[in-house]
Amino acid sequence: MMSQGLTSAVYIAASILFILSLSGLSHQESARRGNLFGIAGMAIAICATLIASTPTSYALVLGAMAVGGAAGSTLAARVEMTAMPQLVAILHSFVGLAAVLVGFGSFLDPATKFEGAEKVVHDVEVFLGVLIGAVTFTGSVAAFGKLQGILNSRPLMLPGRHLINLAIGLACIWLGVLFVGADSPVSSLWPLLIMTGLAFVFGLHMVLAIGGADMPVVISMLNSYSGWAAAATGFMLANDLLIVTGALVGSSGAILSYIMCRAMNRRFLSVILGGFGGETSTSGGASIEGEAVAVSVDETVQLLWEAKSVVIVPGYGMAVAHAQHPVSELVKSLKERGVETRFAIHPVAGRMPGHMNVLLAEARVPYNVVLEMDEINSDLPDTDVVLVIGANDIVNPAAQDEPNSPIAGMPVLEVWKAQTTIILKRSMATGYAGVDNPLFYRENSRMLFGDAKESISAVLSAL
Amino acid sequence: MIIGVPAERAPDEKRVALSPSSAAGAIKLGFTVNVQAGAGIAAGFSDREYQEHGAEVIDSAQELYQTPDVIVKVRPPLTPGTKTRDEDELSLLKSGQTLVSLIGPGQNPELLDALAQRGVTTLAMDAVPRISRAQKLDTLSSMANVAGYRAVVEAATHFGRFFTGQVTAAGKVPPAKVLVIGAGVAGLAAIGAATAMGAIVRAFDTRPEVKEQVESMGAEFLMLDFDEEASGEGGYAKVMSEAFIAAEMKLFEEQARDVDIIITTALIPGKPAPKLILADTARLMRPGSVVVDLAAEQGGNCELTRPGEVVTEDGIIVIGFTDLTSRMAAQSSQLYGNNVVHLLTELCPDKNGEIQINLEDEVIRGLTVVHLNEVLWPPPAPRLSAAPAPAQSSTTEEPQAANEKENEVKKTKSASALGSVLALAVVLGLILGVGAFAPKSFMGHFTVFVLSVFVGWQVIWNVSPALHTPLMSVTNAISGIIVVGALVQMSSGSGVVVLLAAVALFLASINIFGGFWVTQRMLRMFRKES
Repeated sequence: MMSQGLTSAVYIAASILFILSLSGLSHQESARRGNLFGIAGMAIAICATLIASTPTSYALVLGAMAVGGAAGSTLAARVEMTAMPQLVAILHSFVGLAAVLVGFGSFLDPATKFEGAEKVVHDVEVFLGVLIGAVTFTGSVAAFGKLQGILNSRPLMLPGRHLINLAIGLACIWLGVLFVGADSPVSSLWPLLIMTGLAFVFGLHMVLAIGGADMPVVISMLNSYSGWAAAATGFMLANDLLIVTGALVGSSGAILSYIMCRAMNRRFLSVILGGFGGETSTSGGASIEGEAVAVSVDETVQLLWEAKSVVIVPGYGMAVAHAQHPVSELVKSLKERGVETRFAIHPVAGRMPGHMNVLLAEARVPYNVVLEMDEINSDLPDTDVVLVIGANDIVNPAAQDEPNSPIAGMPVLEVWKAQTTIILKRSMATGYAGVDNPLFYRENSRMLFGDAKESISAVLSAL
Repeated sequence: MIIGVPAERAPDEKRVALSPSSAAGAIKLGFTVNVQAGAGIAAGFSDREYQEHGAEVIDSAQELYQTPDVIVKVRPPLTPGTKTRDEDELSLLKSGQTLVSLIGPGQNPELLDALAQRGVTTLAMDAVPRISRAQKLDTLSSMANVAGYRAVVEAATHFGRFFTGQVTAAGKVPPAKVLVIGAGVAGLAAIGAATAMGAIVRAFDTRPEVKEQVESMGAEFLMLDFDEEASGEGGYAKVMSEAFIAAEMKLFEEQARDVDIIITTALIPGKPAPKLILADTARLMRPGSVVVDLAAEQGGNCELTRPGEVVTEDGIIVIGFTDLTSRMAAQSSQLYGNNVVHLLTELCPDKNGEIQINLEDEVIRGLTVVHLNEVLWPPPAPRLSAAPAPAQSSTTEEPQAANEKENEVKKTKSASALGSVLALAVVLGLILGVGAFAPKSFMGHFTVFVLSVFVGWQVIWNVSPALHTPLMSVTNAISGIIVVGALVQMSSGSGVVVLLAAVALFLASINIFGGFWVTQRMLRMFRKES
């Protein structure tokens, strides 16, 4: 047994370690240390809790943790870097489901007895904790399904979907009132169960209505929700460590969502309430004059051969084609030739924040040549060749030139200002926003059609 | 189909219509290419080179003109009467053949009639419509590019000084000052070449929208304080008003006193070249100065110009060469050949070596000046223009638009300021509301919560965007802290609660182990360049 005070002291230490862990991620140099701080914080928090409370069966505790730990470690060790968004999504869903289970546990636990205002507060806490957890759970499962390709990545547009959401919201409030007002545990169980079911439906429906290209926002949002779910659990169990950690995670996800929305020049609510590629896709955008000029591998090699500076813009297409390794080889080969080669990363490139950076890191591209949009946009006019690999909307000049375009105002990489832009693409299809890209028809643009990995490998061997 | 490439017979013409590499390009499209022996010698391409690229070399012109379906030339076919009988190329052409060549359809109506009479379908390389799709066929552009470059080379040859400024042990050398009049393709090429050689370059054009292009090439754009729209159809210049021309002349006089070299490239389609540098203006230049007149063939922009010659008046050298492209025959033949191959690609979409003249296609229609026995010149006006939207209307609207924009920015700024004040008030109100009703124990936890949100907010903004994915996976791991809640419930007396807690424990453990592990894996991959 540990005294209450000692347990609290350990929790404070764990909280500090978690904060240090997150602040460690501000630089690549300190990031690994940050992760170790996180592990340390988690370890002492678990140990202190195990000592402080006496579980009925240590075997069950250790068994559940061992099985879970083994499953998690296997997942983590096996996952491909291109599948990181899926992994993150499914991990969110676990937190959500755990929050639901702990919420029910707290409700059913005969040991928790409150009276008066405290009972009301506790009931509200349980209700909210379960609600957020349930939405996080099914939302994350839906996001996982979309990212994994099990579900269609196009937004699902049910007729009257806003009404459905509204109805669910109102029903949940009504059930909440019933739940708090009920006098016996049995009569209050039903509202809680029904609400959980409705929240499951709501989470599912919310994410299904959002298109593939908005996944960075969805993932960050679910990240945030999983934090709030943990914080709500902390409130119902009166556990400050849970509250602190949940709040940290919640605000982290909120900031990421904000950054992603800003990078797409969209409002958070408009992303959540319905996708790109839905009603707005076909409208807007002036007709485009001109013709896309295809280019062969040989000509691409020629252009790269003559270039002094090259910038590579990767997008989700690079992840899909698993082209990061040949791209890395290409960069190495160009560098050996004395060509200045850098990467330009748009904040929403890929399916989750920082997706491209991780892929390039996996392919052993040094992070100091991987630049952010704001760092590199001003250098693009002096660049000889830009290679756009599987990106579309993030290099669309219509965002700046056409006020009627659905993506107008979105900050984009100004690749058209470079001497020559080579776009690697499978076909002339539009990007996820469903907007035609005038870049392809620019005079200094060349299209290299085909699978990105094969094309890059061919260029590499020709070099 | 067979493509025939004859040797050019026009005097001083050194170019050839297909270089060996463009001949190979045509062969790739399925054509057979016959080249007259010695056709490429003057441009530096030997018969052997042609053979190596898969072309067949035919000895005499008579023989060469016999078999082909397509004849590709540079200069318009010479007609009898004007020159000696030996130089008659027209009579060698047969009915049913297709001729691809520069024609000058506006200047040579008799030639068009003669071709139509013979039934020779004629595609004029100098009648390519000015739309962006057709740019790869546009010989006027590619030849103008060569001419602009060569103009600078000629100027440098005749100018007895350095272009670039130098400070040497023997003394200081000022940089040469170059004025380029007309910032079309030739003008821009001249600007590029002259700046590359180190001269100070200024450029003038009646079309204000080319300012940006001029500046991007490293020259200063001379503005005329005068309001008149000069963009004609298809992005070419048009004739200007008298008052405009007076202002222009004054500018040229000022510049003539200052600059060492003037390169003029002003042309108006279908009209004689405008006289921009009057004899008196030219005489204002210092002795030893050079004028290169790229418009010499159309009469010249300078009054002193004599087409095809270099004249010196009062120490000022005026170069009126009309064969600047031919003087760089290797380069211009290569570019011309590329243009021709692009045209063949358009004509032969199936790559089967058969050409189809599809008059529905706007580009093909534009450059087909004779089809079978019918003269098709001039073509209908192009539907799309390559010129940007008129600049004039935008200049008047701009200040207003800018004002509106500014207002909008102000509005949104004040709106967002108001918004954040309101949001803060709402948040504070909510906190007060919670404080008024919630029990004391709750308020303790609530304090912790609000402060943690703030700490999180401050800390996360510092995270490098490159590490956003590791950030998400590490927050995944630490949100597994919910394990603590499950652990507490494991000590419950109720079996159901313990069971629920065990499942939660299992799930949270996946998160903790999986999250930290994958983060570590990712972070190990980030490395700096040594």
